[in-house]
Amino acid sequence: MTKRFALGVFEDEDVLLHAIDNVRGAGVKIYDVFSPYPVHGIDDALGIERSRLPIAAFFYGMCGLAFALWLQIYTLGFDWPMIIGGKPHIALPAFIPVAFELTVFFTCHGMVITFYTITGLYPRFKTPVMDVRSTDDKFVMAIELDENNSALPKLTQLLRENGASEVNQKEMTKK
Amino acid sequence: MQHVSAIREPLITGGKTLHDVTQDICYQVEAKPNIRWIGAMSVSLFFLGIFFYSVYRTLWYGIGEWGLNKTVGWAWDITNFVWWVGIGHAGTLISAVLLLFRQKWRSSINRAAEAMTIFAVICAAMFPVLHMGRPWLAFYVFPLQNTLGSLWVNFNSPLLWDVFAISTYFTVSLVFWYTGLVPDFASIRDRAKGPIAKFSYSMLSFGWTGSAKAWSRYETVSLILAGVSTPLVLSVHTIVSMDFATSVVPGWHTTIFPPYFVAGAIFSGFAMVLTLMLITRVVFKLEDYITLEHIALMNKIMMVTGSIVGVAYITEFFIAWYSQVEFEQYAFINRATGPYWWAYLSMMSCNVITPQIVWFRRVRYSIGWTFLLSIIVNIGMWFERFVIIVTSLHRDYLPSSWAMFSPTMIDIGVYVGTLGLFFTLFLLFAKFFPVINMAEVKTILKYTVDNGPTYSGNHAHHAPATTHSVTPGVPASAPVTYDKHD
Repeated sequence: MTKRFALGVFEDEDVLLHAIDNVRGAGVKIYDVFSPYPVHGIDDALGIERSRLPIAAFFYGMCGLAFALWLQIYTLGFDWPMIIGGKPHIALPAFIPVAFELTVFFTCHGMVITFYTITGLYPRFKTPVMDVRSTDDKFVMAIELDENNSALPKLTQLLRENGASEVNQKEMTKK
Repeated sequence: MQHVSAIREPLITGGKTLHDVTQDICYQVEAKPNIRWIGAMSVSLFFLGIFFYSVYRTLWYGIGEWGLNKTVGWAWDITNFVWWVGIGHAGTLISAVLLLFRQKWRSSINRAAEAMTIFAVICAAMFPVLHMGRPWLAFYVFPLQNTLGSLWVNFNSPLLWDVFAISTYFTVSLVFWYTGLVPDFASIRDRAKGPIAKFSYSMLSFGWTGSAKAWSRYETVSLILAGVSTPLVLSVHTIVSMDFATSVVPGWHTTIFPPYFVAGAIFSGFAMVLTLMLITRVVFKLEDYITLEHIALMNKIMMVTGSIVGVAYITEFFIAWYSQVEFEQYAFINRATGPYWWAYLSMMSCNVITPQIVWFRRVRYSIGWTFLLSIIVNIGMWFERFVIIVTSLHRDYLPSSWAMFSPTMIDIGVYVGTLGLFFTLFLLFAKFFPVINMAEVKTILKYTVDNGPTYSGNHAHHAPATTHSVTPGVPASAPVTYDKHD
């Protein structure tokens, strides 16, 4: 499926943030904004909801903690109990370091795998991008167009008025 | 549009634009390797060869190739292990702790420091694995079912805690580092000309486009990774210190070890960061990104942690006397005045006395002095571990067992070889990966440039709202005078 986009290219993050406000204020739906670095305040301007990754991270951490405690209590307490240094079989204080490390291990890897999965990041042969300069020094606002580009002249004017240094068109083929 | 403080020095000098940052950092990746890089790589590969030869001898003939004896059963191997792990800690401190404390200056050094962490942990891991004697059975350290040949592992043992701590630390550092690299790989990918570069950096960049939502999640992930890495880095060296502290050997059996080791780790780590950065900034011409201000700040951290270590040395001595335990007292008197007095003296002078010269402003801002100091601290911290380990072991409870340790050529070869391994990995990283975190430097750029607007084009007429009056077109490496403040 081929989609058409109008791309407003901006040179500065503050100009971009004002433009996002005005473009959205004019009732235009912004498809996405591409920037070379995280722009502060862009979440609010675009109405992106706060990520729930921290909740996922907490969940993974709890899984890690539960697994670590189960592993240590099961192996040393039940499966093959041994007396080590005259201590009880289930010596909880000695289990804390491994419990902590596995909590961190699960938190970190669970969260990072989730992040890569939901953001759609995986190694690919080719990466189609809207504008290659958006990973360098330009801020690119993409607005989806209909088939005969009817909104383009109006959009061009709107973006220009709000500080876009250029307005381009781009067709993206998505499988 | 930009805000330049009248009292704070800019974090990035030279009036860089966003494009300049991309250009300066990507240039190193895109250009042909320069002669200095090739020279450094040849030396590193030579030492890597020594490493392989020493490892071959160790594995083929066994641990008998090392200078260990019945009394001193742990010497250079564990010394090197602790030394390398400690060096790694500065990378995590810079990337995680300084992130939580909102120290923006970390942006231009965190990438290389994290790489240093990963490579240092790889070097560290060599020693316990080689000391196993039969490294092909290394998987016995993991809790695997008994039918594989061993009983369950002993979760009461600090050595096993170490297995979990080091593996968690290594993998967490690795994904933290890689996640930070993804947007920068995308920058290189979008500039790449050749088909191989295009393909490799597209694979490495995981299809990153820099969309707003991805950045939002990226920041959340970075923050949480920093949040979990901070206690992690403290736990790792705490657990390393427990390898010693939970034993009943005089000189090891002390409660001060965890904080003392963590401070020592950060101390030696910053010394290594400084050593690497001072070389990298010259070889790759990054003087505008790693400024004298950065060097001075790192020097200050080094001095603080060095002083903590100094206090710990003295506290140990005091507690040995105060405890009235004869063996404890002897262990410490023997450290300072016994046959290993020279190692103790090296440790004290390199770690406690020398770093105090950083109180002088001229030293803090001097590249030559800082480089010298960083080398001295690296040496001193190696001696610290050697002193703690060998002097506590070589004279045990039974005087007839007293012995001395002398390293063999293979001992030296493995140690020097890991330096080769470390620098080979670091040089490969510095050539093919962006050595400075471009995306992060770009976020701090706008508020810290010292001259000119941050972007050109439509707004070129815009007068810089700065209190500095700077001549446009000042060369990037123009001398900066630091006379306003510290």
